Amino acid sequence: MAGWAFLLLAAATVFAYALNRRAADALREDGRRLHSLPGFHGGYAALLVLVPGFLFLCLWLVFQSAFINRSVMAGLPPGTLDGLDSGAVQLLQSEIISISRGQVFGTPEPWKLEAATRMSEMRSTAGWVMIALLALIALGAILYARSRVSAAFRARQGFERIVHGIMVACSVVAILTTFGIVASLLFESLQFFRMVPVNEFLFGLNWEPQIPIRADQVAGTGAFGWVPVFVGTLVITVIALFVSVPIGLFSAIYLNEFASDRFRAFAKPVLEILAGVPTVVYGFFAVLVVAPALRNAGAEVGLPISPNTALAAGSVMAIMLIPFISSFSDDALGAVPQSLRDGSLALGATRSETVLKVLFPAAIPGIVGGILLAVSRAIGETMIVVMAAGLIATLTINPLDSVTTVTVQIVTLLIGDTSFDNPKTLAAFALGLMLFLVTLGINVLALRIVRKYRELYD
Amino acid sequence: MDDARLAERAVTTGEVKISARKAQVYYGETHAIRDVDVDILDKTVTAFIGPSGCGKSTFLRCLNRMNDTIPNCRVEGRITLDGEDIYDRSVDPVQLRARVGMVFQKPNPFPKSIYENVAYGPRIHGMARTKADLDQIVESCLRRAALWNEAKDRLDEPGTGLSGGQQQRLCIARAIATSPEVLLMDEPCSALDPIATAQVEELIDELRANFSVVIVTHSMQQAARVSQRTAFFHLGNLVEYGETGQIFTNPRDPRTESYITGRIG
Repeated sequence: MAGWAFLLLAAATVFAYALNRRAADALREDGRRLHSLPGFHGGYAALLVLVPGFLFLCLWLVFQSAFINRSVMAGLPPGTLDGLDSGAVQLLQSEIISISRGQVFGTPEPWKLEAATRMSEMRSTAGWVMIALLALIALGAILYARSRVSAAFRARQGFERIVHGIMVACSVVAILTTFGIVASLLFESLQFFRMVPVNEFLFGLNWEPQIPIRADQVAGTGAFGWVPVFVGTLVITVIALFVSVPIGLFSAIYLNEFASDRFRAFAKPVLEILAGVPTVVYGFFAVLVVAPALRNAGAEVGLPISPNTALAAGSVMAIMLIPFISSFSDDALGAVPQSLRDGSLALGATRSETVLKVLFPAAIPGIVGGILLAVSRAIGETMIVVMAAGLIATLTINPLDSVTTVTVQIVTLLIGDTSFDNPKTLAAFALGLMLFLVTLGINVLALRIVRKYRELYD
Repeated sequence: MDDARLAERAVTTGEVKISARKAQVYYGETHAIRDVDVDILDKTVTAFIGPSGCGKSTFLRCLNRMNDTIPNCRVEGRITLDGEDIYDRSVDPVQLRARVGMVFQKPNPFPKSIYENVAYGPRIHGMARTKADLDQIVESCLRRAALWNEAKDRLDEPGTGLSGGQQQRLCIARAIATSPEVLLMDEPCSALDPIATAQVEELIDELRANFSVVIVTHSMQQAARVSQRTAFFHLGNLVEYGETGQIFTNPRDPRTESYITGRIG
C-alpha cells in the first residue's frame, strides 16, 4: 500500500509540473511577457505537491501501526490484560501481529484469532484512507498551484522560497539530532552519577564494572573510576601519534617538495586508498598480523608480551591515521605561497633548508590542526581497539602491557544482558559523555587553529 | 622622457661581470629565449625592458639558475659569472644563488620577524660567528636598504606586518645580507605605490656602488631613471643592448624605437 501511495505521489508531482508548465507555455504563446520561465511555474507546482504529500505519508506511516496496535489491544475481551506486566503485554501484541501476518504457531485462542482478523482489516482500511487523503492533498495542491499561474506570478521566487525552506528544515533536523544525542547522553549520565558519585568516577583508580545484575549472580562489587580506562586510551593514542605523525608529515613534505609529478600522481591516490580501508580490516590486521609478530619478537628476546598489547593496537591505529595527517599537512604546505619558496631558494638555501626554516613554520598551524583532528579520531576510534586491545583496565603506561580504552569499555558494557537501571549500563553513558567532551574540546581547538591559519594567506 | 637627465648621467664602465653567449631557454617544446648575447658590467645598473611575455624575466632567472626549480625548463648556451660557466657541473646552484641575489616582483617576506628575515641568509651560510656579528649584519643591511629608521624599534615584529614598500625594502635587505656580487630584481616596484617606488629606485642607485644590479621593468621611465645600460627584449630575442641614453634617444633598431615611442608592447 505504501508503495502505491509513493507511486501516486510521484505521478501527481509529474502531473502538477506538466500542467503548470503547459499553462505557462500557453500564456507565452499568447504573447504575454511572463515574470518567470515556464520551468519555474512547473517546478513550483511540483514542489507544492511533493513536499506536503511526502510529509503526510511519512507521518502517517510512522503513526499508523502504533495507532492500530493500540486500538486492537484496547478492543481485546475485557480482563485479558489484567495482571500482565509490560513485557507480557508486548509479547501478546507481537503474537497477534504475527498471526495477522499469517504466521500461526500452534493453536491460538479464538479471541487472539479474532483480534488478528480485526488488525488486518484495520490495516487495509488504513491503507485506503491513506491513499484517499493523499489524493485529496495532491488534488488540492494541484488546483491551488494551477490557479496561481499568471504572467505576473513570481514562480521563480516561490520556487526559491520552497527550496530555501527545505534546506532550513534539513539543517534543523541535523542540529536537533545533535542536541538530542547530547541530551540523552547527559540525561543517562546524570542517572549514573546519582548512583556513583562524580568524584569517584572522575578520580577513581579502579575500573571493575562487572557487578551483578540479579541478586543471585556472583560478581565483583564494582568500581567505576574512569582514570585507568582513559589512561589506556591515552597510551594507545600517544603510540598512534608517535608512529603516524612523523611518517605522515615526512611523506607529505616529500610529496609536496621533492617528489616528481609522476611519483606524486601515483602516491597520492595510494595514500587515499589507505584512508578508505574500513577500520574493521585494520582491526584484524592488528589481531592476526601485528600482535603475533610482536609476541614472537618478544619471545625471541625473552620478553613475555601479552597478545593484546597497547603497542599492537596503537601502531595499527597509526596506519589508519597516516593518510589523515599526511593529507592535512599536504594541504597546509601546499597553501604556502610559491613566492616564499622562491625567496628562500634565491637566497641560496637548499630545498631542505627551505622546508625546515620557511615552509614548515609557515604551515605549522595547519599541520597542528590536522594532528589535533587525528588525536580526536584516535580517541574515538572503536573497531581497532575492540579487536586488538584488552578488556582489563590496568593503570599502566607500558606499551607492552594490555590496556583497555574508553570505547572498548562502552562496547562491552552495552553488549549482552543489560538493563537500563543499573550503574553497569549507565556507566557507558558517562564514559560516552566524557569521550564526547574530550573530543569536542580537541576539535574546537583544532578548528580554531586551522581557521586562524587560513586568515594568514588569503 | 627626461632627456636632460639622461645626457648628464655619468656612465661608469666597469668590467664585465656576467656574460651570456647564445643563451637559449626552452619550456618543454616552447623556445622562450633565442640566442641572447649580453655582457653585464660590474657596478652598473642594467635594465631589461620589453613587452609582457618577451622573456626578460625568464632570462633574468637564468642568471641565478632559478629556472632549475621549474620542471621541464632547459637552458642552453654559455652564461659566465666572472668568467666561470655557471651551468658547469662543478657549480653548485645553491652557492651560486648566494653570490647572485634576487628580489621578486611581489614582496615576499618570510612569516618571521624583521630581524629573522634579514638574518636568514647569513645564518644558513654561516656568515656570523656571534650574535653580535649577526646584529651588525642585520643593522648594516637594513641601513643600506633605507629601512633601519623605520624598523629599528620593531625588529621582533613580523615582516609581513610592514607596508608594501617597506616589505620590498626588507626583501632587498634580505637579499644583500648574503653579500652577493650581483643583485637581480624582477620588476621590484610593480606592486608598489609611487612614493615607495621612488624610495626603492633611490636605493637601487645607491646599491650600484657595491653590486652589479640587473633590473627587469615594465616602466620605461623607470629604466631611464635608474639604469646606465638597457637591454630591449622582444619575442624572446635580445633586440638591442647599449647605454641607456643611447637606447632611449637614438635607438638603432626600428623595433626598439616602436616600443619606446609606444607603438608596440
